[in-house]
Amino acid sequence: MSALVSVLRQFAGLFVEDGWLALAILCIVALAGVVVLLVPRLSLVAGVILLFGCLGVLVANVIRAARHERVP
Amino acid sequence: MITWTVAAPAISAAFLSSLVEAVEALTIVLAVGTVRGWRPAGLGALAGFLLLALIVLALGPLLDRVPLHLLQFAIGVLLLLFGMRWLRKAILRAAGVIPLHDETIAYATETAQLREQERQHKARLDWLAALASFKAIVLEGLEVVFIVIAVGAGRGLIIPASVGALAACLLVAAIGLAVHQPLARVPENTLKFAVGVMLSAFGVFWIGEGLGVAWPGEDIAIIAFAALFLVVGLAAVALTRLPRPKAVL
Repeated sequence: MSALVSVLRQFAGLFVEDGWLALAILCIVALAGVVVLLVPRLSLVAGVILLFGCLGVLVANVIRAARHERVP
Repeated sequence: MITWTVAAPAISAAFLSSLVEAVEALTIVLAVGTVRGWRPAGLGALAGFLLLALIVLALGPLLDRVPLHLLQFAIGVLLLLFGMRWLRKAILRAAGVIPLHDETIAYATETAQLREQERQHKARLDWLAALASFKAIVLEGLEVVFIVIAVGAGRGLIIPASVGALAACLLVAAIGLAVHQPLARVPENTLKFAVGVMLSAFGVFWIGEGLGVAWPGEDIAIIAFAALFLVVGLAAVALTRLPRPKAVL
């Protein structure tokens, strides 16, 4: 049983390691979804938000992690 | 009709990510085999493969019943979470912010744990050893199964992606059988970086498809996204580079 729980826990860990990163990605996806729902004509704008939002979140996250690591 | 522009990234992503996972699984199976013999290591690994096969057989027909746009969106979100997690870690490792993964250390740690178990639970040891081998195959294999389904399901590329994954697993198993040592020379972080880039690109593409975004260039957009993730990832390494710490597990 504990082996199964351990397997399930590690499986969930495949997708979420840094909660801040996962939350930020989900917010970007939600924002893109809202844009598509409100203005379906501008679906490409939602795509741009999705792509550049994820890139921005990634850079912000690694800079934050590196700064955190530098603090004694 | 499967086009190479979309099949090649799917096959490469499945091959490279399976290479990483297979190397990690091999390290643990080798440690079990070396400490407790090849019987529990082999039986545990076989049981793990059987469970993975059952999961694939159970999930496969279910995927056909999910509406395509919903499937693309859900898989895209999971791929993006998975891919950006790998990419983040690979960037931080390449920049020296966190230590690199080292298969030799992983092998030594696993061997030490098995020897400690040997001391404490002599009677149940074969079971414990087989369980360690089983867990390694199931955990690393689940990642492979997920990646194959994720990069293949949205465009009917499950079979090409499976071939890519199977080729990587067979390659690692063949080398592992030949050398009987953990494959410490595999450039794991570079592979993880490449896979993180590809899976993140696939994730953005599938989410967009699921939302109804008309990507310019259609499937070719995946390659452009991957190039963008690669450039930004490399820039992030340069921005955050620190003196390299010692490798750990």
